[in-house]
Amino acid sequence: MLILEQTLNGVQLGVMLFLIASGLTLVFGIMNFINLAHGSLYMAGAFTAAWVQGVSGSFLLAIPAAVVVTAALGAVLEIGLFRRFYARNHLDQVLVTFGIVLVANEVTRIVFGPVPLRMPLPPALAGSIEIVPGLPYPTFRLVVLIVGLAVAALLWAIVMKTRIGMWVRAGSSNRPIASAMGVDVDLVFAALFAVGAALAGLAGLMAGPILAVQVGMGEPILILALVVTVIGGIGSIKGAFVAALMVGLVDTFGRVLLPPALGSMAIFLLMALILAFRPKGLFPVHG
Amino acid sequence: MLLEVRDLEAGYGASKALFGISFDVDEGEVVTLIGRNGMGKSTTVKSVCGLLKPFDGEIRFRGRRIDGRAAHHVCRLGIALVPEGRQIFPNLSVRENLVMAGRVRPEGREPWTLERVLDFFPRLAERLGNGGAQLSGGEQQMLAIGRALMTNPDLLILDEATEGLAPLVRDHIWTSLDALKATGLAMIVIDKELDALIGFADRHFVVEKGEIAWRGSSAELVADPSIQEAYLGV
Ligand SMILES: Nc1ncnc2c1ncn2[C@@H]1O[C@H](COP(=O)(O)OP(=O)(O)OP(=O)(O)O)[C@@H](O)[C@H]1O
Ligand SMILES: [Mg+2]
Repeated sequence: MLILEQTLNGVQLGVMLFLIASGLTLVFGIMNFINLAHGSLYMAGAFTAAWVQGVSGSFLLAIPAAVVVTAALGAVLEIGLFRRFYARNHLDQVLVTFGIVLVANEVTRIVFGPVPLRMPLPPALAGSIEIVPGLPYPTFRLVVLIVGLAVAALLWAIVMKTRIGMWVRAGSSNRPIASAMGVDVDLVFAALFAVGAALAGLAGLMAGPILAVQVGMGEPILILALVVTVIGGIGSIKGAFVAALMVGLVDTFGRVLLPPALGSMAIFLLMALILAFRPKGLFPVHG
Repeated sequence: MLLEVRDLEAGYGASKALFGISFDVDEGEVVTLIGRNGMGKSTTVKSVCGLLKPFDGEIRFRGRRIDGRAAHHVCRLGIALVPEGRQIFPNLSVRENLVMAGRVRPEGREPWTLERVLDFFPRLAERLGNGGAQLSGGEQQMLAIGRALMTNPDLLILDEATEGLAPLVRDHIWTSLDALKATGLAMIVIDKELDALIGFADRHFVVEKGEIAWRGSSAELVADPSIQEAYLGV
């Protein structure tokens, strides 16, 4: 029973991490751009949702609001700022995106104050469901799990089965030739960035009712997402998915089974172990 | 006139490679750019395709200025490139390499579709599910040509389309290009195989150190061996 419950918890953490890491890994793998501000988009999603819910009283309305606002923020950041940094070195990229993190945190503190916002769940999602007899599990966590898996499947289908996905992959392997074949690579990359931002926003929105909606909430999750990206192989959606589930499960079970000091380190041990044998991660994209 | 290039100057960073290239291509005409290694042939076609921003000069396609425009705009106007080194997308399947470039253009001749490209290169039909990197050199070349055709161009640019291929495969490519010429497709061909070019193309432009050193018809080129000696090293 405990094992089943913790497994569900681990998978649920995993799909949340996947939502964040998928955007990070695509942007890193395809544009060769390290975006530390990805965690700020997660925070923006959570705050947008909490604010819309607070004003309108509707959790349902908060969902599209968070997704649209973070997609728009992502597009504005990409077109206005980040695309100028693709050709620059990683230090410049880290500096500019870390600057965004600081600004985002300060602006959020000024607008919303230092006290965490609350996101109460609507009654339909607030209860729990007996998944097997005698084991109740929170309904909302189950919803998060299912939404995460559905989004992962959708993302995979878009990247692997549609023409837009072909353009993304073609642009990532040979940008000039993709554009010579008629692909507006700038536009495709801006859209990709916006989708990645929206997924981070979606993750933030879903984290809202579980964790606290507060300034700085993006940084710890960003670190986990970076670990996922590196373990999975930079640029690989499949890698991000597998690694996110691994990290989710190892982190969850590590905290339950191991002594506290070791438990919180478990995922970093996992990362060190995997990189020792597979320096480019589980599913390396480029050679 | 389909394509007009006037006093084109282009290069890489601060170093200039083209010092005033002028040439033109008529509707349905096949012209060549010939010359020794490093003379600026690829740089010229990269400038035409929008992959390189010219320093100076004019490029007109059907009278419209296209110099400095983004590569995807130029492609959509009807100029397709079969790049030097083929440059197949290795992470896309054969089918995806073709489909990604597909574009319908309402006007003009019978459109190229996936089916028509596969009829034209039956070899590719057998390899549809393979990754782009798993093909032989000849198959990659067919794929590169098929991919360019999928954009339904009015001008096809082939940069070293027979380089590094076995003689038999090379003949097959030339036969395919003959068939394309018969459809009325205009082409710019860059190649080292002078004999094949003389039989295939209408006019020739010799590129020498970033300038056009000679221009003329196939008959004129054959009639004057000194040109081949001076500029082509044969
Ligand atoms: N990417 C590049 N960066 C810098 N210089 C380049 C680059 N590509 C070509 N050059 C230089 O520009 C000049 C013209 O090269 P280009 O590739 O146009 O020659 P080419 O006629 O196509 O030769 P080849 O027959 O070898 O393909 C050469 O001096 C070459 O060294
Ligand atoms: Mg060349």
